[in-house]
Amino acid sequence: MLQIKDVYASVEEKDILKGISLSVNAGEVHAIMGPNGAGKSTLASIIAGKEEFELTKGHITIDGEDITELDAEERAHKGVFLSFQYPIEIPGVSVTNFIKTAINENRKAKGLKDMPASEMLKKIKEKADLLEIDRKFLSRSLNVGFSGGEKKRNEIFQMAMLEPKLAILDETDSGLDIDALKVVANGVNKLKNKDNAVIVITHYQRLLDYIVPDFVHVIMDGKIVKSGTKQLAYELEEKGYDWIKEELV
Amino acid sequence: MSLKEKLQSSYLAFEDHLQADSPLHDVRNKAMKSFETKGFPSKKEEAWKYTSLNALLNKEYSIFPKNDTAIEFKDVKKYFLNDIDTYKVVFIDGVYSSFLSQITHDVIDVCLMSSALNKSKYSSIIETYFNKAANSDSLTCLNTAFAKEGAYIRIAKHKEAQKPIEIINFATGTEAATMLQPRNLIIVEENAHVQIIERHQSLNNNEVLTNSVTEIFLEKRANVDYYKIQNDTQNASLIDSTFIQQQRESICSVHTFSFGGKLTRNNLSFKQLGEHCDSILNGVTMIEDKQHVDHNTLVHHIAENCESHQDYKGVFDDRSTGVFNGKVYVEKQAQKLDAFQKNNNILISNKATINAKPQLEIFADDVKCSHGCTIGQLDQDALFYLRSRGIANKEARALLMYAFANTVLESVKIPELKERINKLIANKIGVNLGFDL
Ligand SMILES: Nc1ncnc2c1ncn2[C@@H]1O[C@H](COP(=O)(O)OP(=O)(O)OP(=O)(O)O)[C@@H](O)[C@H]1O
Ligand SMILES: [Mg+2]
Repeated sequence: MLQIKDVYASVEEKDILKGISLSVNAGEVHAIMGPNGAGKSTLASIIAGKEEFELTKGHITIDGEDITELDAEERAHKGVFLSFQYPIEIPGVSVTNFIKTAINENRKAKGLKDMPASEMLKKIKEKADLLEIDRKFLSRSLNVGFSGGEKKRNEIFQMAMLEPKLAILDETDSGLDIDALKVVANGVNKLKNKDNAVIVITHYQRLLDYIVPDFVHVIMDGKIVKSGTKQLAYELEEKGYDWIKEELV
Repeated sequence: MSLKEKLQSSYLAFEDHLQADSPLHDVRNKAMKSFETKGFPSKKEEAWKYTSLNALLNKEYSIFPKNDTAIEFKDVKKYFLNDIDTYKVVFIDGVYSSFLSQITHDVIDVCLMSSALNKSKYSSIIETYFNKAANSDSLTCLNTAFAKEGAYIRIAKHKEAQKPIEIINFATGTEAATMLQPRNLIIVEENAHVQIIERHQSLNNNEVLTNSVTEIFLEKRANVDYYKIQNDTQNASLIDSTFIQQQRESICSVHTFSFGGKLTRNNLSFKQLGEHCDSILNGVTMIEDKQHVDHNTLVHHIAENCESHQDYKGVFDDRSTGVFNGKVYVEKQAQKLDAFQKNNNILISNKATINAKPQLEIFADDVKCSHGCTIGQLDQDALFYLRSRGIANKEARALLMYAFANTVLESVKIPELKERINKLIANKIGVNLGFDL
């Protein structure tokens, strides 16, 4: 489904990604780990189409189609979804109005009419229940005054509403308490099927007990330096990153 | 002949028809003299530094337009609030249109300034109130000299206007260029309530210059919500001066929605004469092309324990220009005061400009005063966030602009009006926002 081929990227003349290749098939869960500043969020942004980052070399394809020239919204229409490490606060737009707009904009791109209001309401209710989100919450301004955990839960609510083909969850677990982590992970698992794929970026093995990855990759200094199975995450939890660094030299 | 000379000779002709012995005659003469001495304001004056009237003053205006224009209701229906019942005071080229209006004398007075000025039963009211809140700047004086028609509204003690009142000034400009000078007087007595919507609307592309003056008096515990909708055509200019006097425990809010017109200048001035007054000044400006909107506000705090809240938002596209000049003046005795002023601006195009100048003059020591002013672009991170959810660039920008203005819209108390303004905004930014506004 997703092919990343030898991708180099920079921001403000600074090289951040230095030759990343990654292949994700439908039905798979990939975990990406790595130290702070390694380039994990940059990789996520590059896939989602943030213009600030410049792809200096390489290609990204989805189902064989090169998406590197597409705008962020066009990538979303192709099924790419990014759960932000730091969700943006937007005063003046309620969660409900935001998600309605997003759903209908996606439908418009596919040549479909707006979703009927009753169907929309039903879907909102269903997904809010899945993620145990209070209805009152949905009429508040998007992310404004939300706690760290509420923001993350709201990201997964949006994912549940949009039903993406490829979801990238950037540190969705940070800021969640243990119970919330279970609820959110359960939500993600319910949405998972053989036709979609998930990339989870995390620092903690704990999340991977709930969202079980098929592969674990370690990014250091803009490169994937090691890939393995879930076992690798346990090793990292135990030993940190130094041993990989040593392996490299 | 310059416009000033033309106005001078028009005044002489106008004066011939006035009752020579009326006390008003004196007021007019004085006002005209004052205008003659001061002339039109120029950029040399601090208050007009960023707004030039020059381009407007060299047109050939007719000062007393003819009143033979017929308008069909269906052609102007869209300028009224149609979903709810309202009182309506409607003028076409400065002349009252009984056909389009719905006035009343039942319990409350919603009628005509010409009646108030000319009928003897109103003479004591006119003597007490007319020109008593207005200041003596040259354009206000000019309006006073020529004051003839407008809305006269009086809500008696403990009464509440059951419907909002719409004051609409249509301009047809059957003559090439028209100068209009409506004059409104609004008296809201003790514990009385009223909601008013004011609009100036040109119906074609002829040049119009409106020099409007409104005086509003709030007695003890009175409550006024005033909404100004400025969404005029490319050749319509408006100088709107509104003077508000508040007695104790009264609350007055003025919302100004400036969405279009060639040049718009809003002079909005509040004077708090009694304790525990609250003054609310909200504005949304969204303009493009070469439009110009200038907000010049003054809140004059004289009494103790009062509040004022100003929240002005501006979005400027193309080569449009904006001015925000907000002054808060706190007298020495106006202690325990809470004065708040906020002015946020977004420049959509790099050719647009905004000149923002907050002025706080505080002579009391026990007060809470704050002001904040920002000028920026649309937040790129927010834009990416929306686009990453599949919302196209244009719609995402629109949604952010809408969101930016929305905090001001939230305080509009007439739901139908709020919806109308939402639609105007959606129209302006050229998108269907895809949710119920
Ligand atoms: N807009 C930017 N301008 C300059 N430098 C940037 C920008 N965005 C990211 N960087 C830099 O790129 C590097 C990689 O950042 P990135 O956010 O991808 O790291 P990360 O692996 O997600 O780290 P963390 O685990 O802390 O979230 C960092 O050194 C960061 O400072
Ligand atoms: Mg990161």
